[in-house]
Parts: sequence; structure tokens; C-alpha cells
Amino acid sequence: MLSSLPPFVLFFVGAVVIAFTRGTARKVLILAIPLVGGLNLWFGVEPGLHLQFDLLGYTLMPYRADKLSLLFGYLFHLAAFLGFVYALHLGDGTPEGSVAGEVGEDDIVGNASAGLQHVAAMVYAGSALGAVFAGDFITLFIFWELLAISSVFLVWARNSERSYATGFRYLIIHVISGVLLLSGALMLAHKTGSIAFDHVGLAGTGAAGWILLLSFGIKAGFPLLHNWITEAYPESTPTGTVFLSAFTTKVAVYALARSFAGTDVLIYIGTAMTFFPIFYAVLENDLRRVLGYSMINQIGFMVAGIGIGTGMAVNGAVAHAFADVIFKGLLFMSIGAVMTMTGRTKGTDLGGIYKTMPFTAGLCIVGASAISAFPLFSAFVTKSMIMVAAIEEHHYIVWLFMLFASAGVLEHAGIKIPFFSFFAHDSGIRAKEPPRNMLIAMSIGAVLCVLIGVFPAQFYTLLPYEMDYHPYDLRHVVTQLQLLAFGALGFITLVKSGVYPDEKRAVHVDAEWFYRKAGPWLVGTIGRAVTRVDVYVRSSVLEFVGSIMHGAERTHGPVGPLAKSWPTGSMVLWVAILLVAYLLFYL
Amino acid sequence: MSQDYHRYEIKEPVGWLDKPNAVKRFFFAIYLICGALLAAEFLLFSAENAHPHPLEESMRFLVYPIYGFISFWFLVLVAKPMRKLLIRSEDYYEGGSGDAE
Repeated sequence: MLSSLPPFVLFFVGAVVIAFTRGTARKVLILAIPLVGGLNLWFGVEPGLHLQFDLLGYTLMPYRADKLSLLFGYLFHLAAFLGFVYALHLGDGTPEGSVAGEVGEDDIVGNASAGLQHVAAMVYAGSALGAVFAGDFITLFIFWELLAISSVFLVWARNSERSYATGFRYLIIHVISGVLLLSGALMLAHKTGSIAFDHVGLAGTGAAGWILLLSFGIKAGFPLLHNWITEAYPESTPTGTVFLSAFTTKVAVYALARSFAGTDVLIYIGTAMTFFPIFYAVLENDLRRVLGYSMINQIGFMVAGIGIGTGMAVNGAVAHAFADVIFKGLLFMSIGAVMTMTGRTKGTDLGGIYKTMPFTAGLCIVGASAISAFPLFSAFVTKSMIMVAAIEEHHYIVWLFMLFASAGVLEHAGIKIPFFSFFAHDSGIRAKEPPRNMLIAMSIGAVLCVLIGVFPAQFYTLLPYEMDYHPYDLRHVVTQLQLLAFGALGFITLVKSGVYPDEKRAVHVDAEWFYRKAGPWLVGTIGRAVTRVDVYVRSSVLEFVGSIMHGAERTHGPVGPLAKSWPTGSMVLWVAILLVAYLLFYL
Repeated sequence: MSQDYHRYEIKEPVGWLDKPNAVKRFFFAIYLICGALLAAEFLLFSAENAHPHPLEESMRFLVYPIYGFISFWFLVLVAKPMRKLLIRSEDYYEGGSGDAE
């Protein structure tokens, strides 16, 4: 029976139930829902169209499964399970990190706040599942908006003035993405008569294709549209960020893979995404913001792979999305654990805590190794498919940029994150290891990073397209190790020579400057100019009307000449004069 | 119960990096690995490439080590002047002066 229901139903019903439960019952439920849903999907759901109905002349398909959607379905169940294991302690009186940097009583997560985060995360995960199993654009639109509405509560859960403002900006950006999605879908329906969520492309679809691409691009973090990621992730709670990093951007990657595979422009957009964030990642002080830039960099590889569009490239893109959710989740979890225990996430404030948090440090290093694509770790067997596909399709310059970006990944995620949080200078902080559930979630993530890296053939059977790819040959292993080892040597020489930039308590302006500074300034300036013109026009009109009134008053007022009443005697005199004049002229 | 999470240990722990010469040994290990990987380059002359392509065939000797090393330097040397242009105070968006510390 469960297999006939769309996967999101279990999560939405579960969200309602956990809203009214407490304590152990709630803990059991938040773990059981993704576990049962995932097992049901794995064993009970076959590819096919499982639910469809007609509405207002359109055929809606809320539950369509194929290899692509099933892969993301497994992934989102896994991500939800890991996220809820990680967040299991919420409401137990554990601190959730603080705004000021010191853990205080205000940071203890109460039962209500924990419940809100759990419900929001459950609806969020369900919405992601609803989106990937949607067979039409209207269904996709509904879950697209639900993703935004549910996830913003994970930003607001931080309960600070800054998180409220960030959350509102996040919500506005995502609602705009949803509106664009609906507009593009309706234009496409008008043009083709179909709302099926299948390949769209840019050829022959006119503005509809571009609008849909823009909508997906906002959620995927295309260049200049990416700052919602680097703004919202550092402002959420430690547990909230783990959920945020798993769903929204990966739904966008899925949507691009389904509708825009083989669209050339994505190769160049993706390459730009791999390239520019690594410079920001060198400079940023907030380690969760560094991971936000790292997220954009990794999605860049996926977007480029989708743009290349061959079976191996798209396989590489979606496989890398799968691996990314796990290793990036692991990195966000380890920094979240540091934040939970120390209240700090900035490179300037941290360092030396490997002494008292050795397990967390070790698990962070596993995540760092996985994202850096060391052999035997997950990205080595996923990202390399995209790189090989780029070469096979003769995108040599793109390949060189991606190779540079791969070295950049080692710099910011492979070295900087573990180095500045756990090693570097001794900050004097002696925090304990995080709660056991956090360590368990991180350990599961770490094991999965290694399992995918060690047994790629089994993992490849889940991918949507047939291919013949073998990541472990001597050349690939040696050249990848050379790239990474000599990159590390570059880092050592940079640090020893004093060239490597110090961490600074500062922000670095990015495209968000346009809507956080330039936009308000422009609106303010235009507003003031309009006000000045308005005041001038009003006063001029009033002055003009006043002068007319004044003139009228002069002639027609109580003392004006035209307002005088003439006596009867004068009238008779004038009539007599006129009569005399008449007689004189005519007689 | 919540108080437990705030209590830092009084006993000063000693990490493996606190031991004398630990950092030097770590760096030495990296140099050793790099040396071994340079030597491994010669193995590649006879190694079969599972996914041969013309670019990799024409870019053979020491390309990856040089590319990896130079990439790090290039990244940092570009990022440093970028910082001068982009850096602002932490409260820049909350109405701060914009001057970073």
C-alpha cells in the first residue's frame, strides 16, 4: 500500500504527527519516517507512472519514477535520515551555537524550537521528494514553493535579527524562482500543449526555455544568483544548515538534468561556478560561508556535466550530486558540531581543538578527503566522470579550468576547513566532543564516503545511463595524487613564506551587494528625487491655483469692482442717457 | 544537564602537534610523498590509460604536479589583491563604516 503512495505523503503526514509529539516518541518518529520511506522506495517501487489525473484540462502526474528520480529519491531519504540523526539531541538542552560567539543559556534549544525545526525539516525533505517524483511542471511548481517556505524556518530557527533578515531575502529569492517556473511552464504549455516535466532545452522553446532555465538557475546558484547560498547557510542553526545543504540545490541539479541535459550554455555557466567561488573561499573567515562557496563550486561541476550532456557526463553529474550531499553534509556536520560545542565558526576564533575533539576532527578530515577526490573516497569516482566526459567531447579549455578548480577544492575544503577549525593556532578553547548522535551521523556519512569510493561499480548500477567507466587505473590514481600532493606542497610553501593570507574579521562583498547595498541606495535615491519633484510640482500647482484665486478675489471678491451692486437710480440715469443718444443719432 | 556542555576541561591536553618536531615531521612526510609521486611519473610511460584522450597523451611529463603547485600559488596571488577591493567590516551590511580591522 505504501509503495502506491507518493513518497512525500509519508513525510507530510509525519510532519503533522511529530508536531503533536514530544520526547522519545518524536525521536523514534523522525528516524522511522525516512528509514521506512527509504526502504519502501528501495524494495517496493519500480520505475513507471504511479499516479496521474486530469485537472482543468491538464494531466497532472504527481508520482512518476524512473532511474533518475529514484536515485535522487534514495539520496533524499538518506540525507533526511542522516540529518535527523544529527539533530536528534534538539530539545535535550544542548546548545545550538550562538550569535555572539559564546554559548549561553539563550542558545539552549527548547522543546518548541526543536519541534519547529523537526517539522520544517520533515516538510522540507518531503517537498524535495515531491519535486523529484513530479511528472509535470505544475506539481513541480507546488513542491518548488514548498521547498522555499519550509526551509526558511530552518534559517529563522537561529532566532537572531540577522537570521530573520536573511530568511526574508532567502524567501523572496526563492519565491521569484517559483514564479519564473510557473511562468515558464505556462508559456511552454501554450507553445507545446504539454506540461510534462521532461526535456525542454533552449532550441525551439523560445522564452519559455530561458525562463525555466533562469528559475532552475536561481535554485542551483548560478553566478550572480548564488548569494542566497552564502548568506543563508551561515545564518542557520548547526542542524538546519545540514538539511539546507542537502535538498534545494540538488533538486535544482535534478531539474536541470531532466530538462536541460546537453544544453551547451550550461557547460560555461558550470565552469564559471567551479572557478570564481574558490577565490572567495580563500578569503572568507566564516567557515560555513567557505562551505557555501564550496557548495557552488561543486554544483558547478554538476552543471557543466549536465551541459556536456553525454550519458557519462550526466551520470557523473548526478553521481557527484549524490556524493556531494554526503561529503558536504559531513563537512557541515563537523563545523556544526564545532559551533554547537564552542559557539564559534570563524577561522580567527578557532584552532587547536583537535586536542579535545579528536573524533570530530578525524571525521572532518574524511569529509575533506572525499571532497578533494583522494583515491578511495567518493568524489574520486564521481567527479572524474565529468572530467573524462569533458575531454572526450573536446572541451579542453573547460577541462583545464575544472582541473584548476579541483586544486582549489583541496585548498579551501580539503585543507582550510580542517586546518583552521581544528589545528592552526591554539585558540585556547577546550570544548568536548559533541553529543553522541552527532558523532554517529558524521560516522555514517564518513563510512558512506569511503564505501562509494571503494566500491564504485555497485554505486554506478544506480545511475540512469549505461556506461563503461573504470575510475581505478594507474594513470588516474597517480595523476590525481600528484595534483593533490603538489597542491598541498604549494600550500605549505605559501604558509611558510608568509604569502598565504591571514584570516580577518571581515566580510567580502559579492553579488549580494547589489540587492543589499546598491538596491536600497538606488531605491532611496529615486525615492528622494521623486519626493523632491513631487514637492516642487505640488507647490507650483498650488501657487498657480493660488494666484488665480487671488485674481478672482480681486475682481469678484467682496470689494472687487465686478462684485459691486449697482443702485437703481444709476441704472435709470444710464438708460436715460442711452435713450437720449439714440434719439440724437436716429431722429 | 545543559550546563555539561558549557564546561571546559581544566586539565590541559597535549596534542600530537604539540610534540617537538611534529610539524617538521609532517612536512617531511609530505615532501617524501611528493618525491615518490614524482618517481611514479615514470611508471605512467608504460601504464595503460583506461580512458585515453589526445590532450592527456600530449601532456605527459609532470603536468599534474606542476599544475597542482602553480594552481595554489595562482589562487592565492589573485585572491590577495581581490581582498583589498572587496573587504569590508563585519557589520558593513548592518550600517557599519565598511572599514575592516
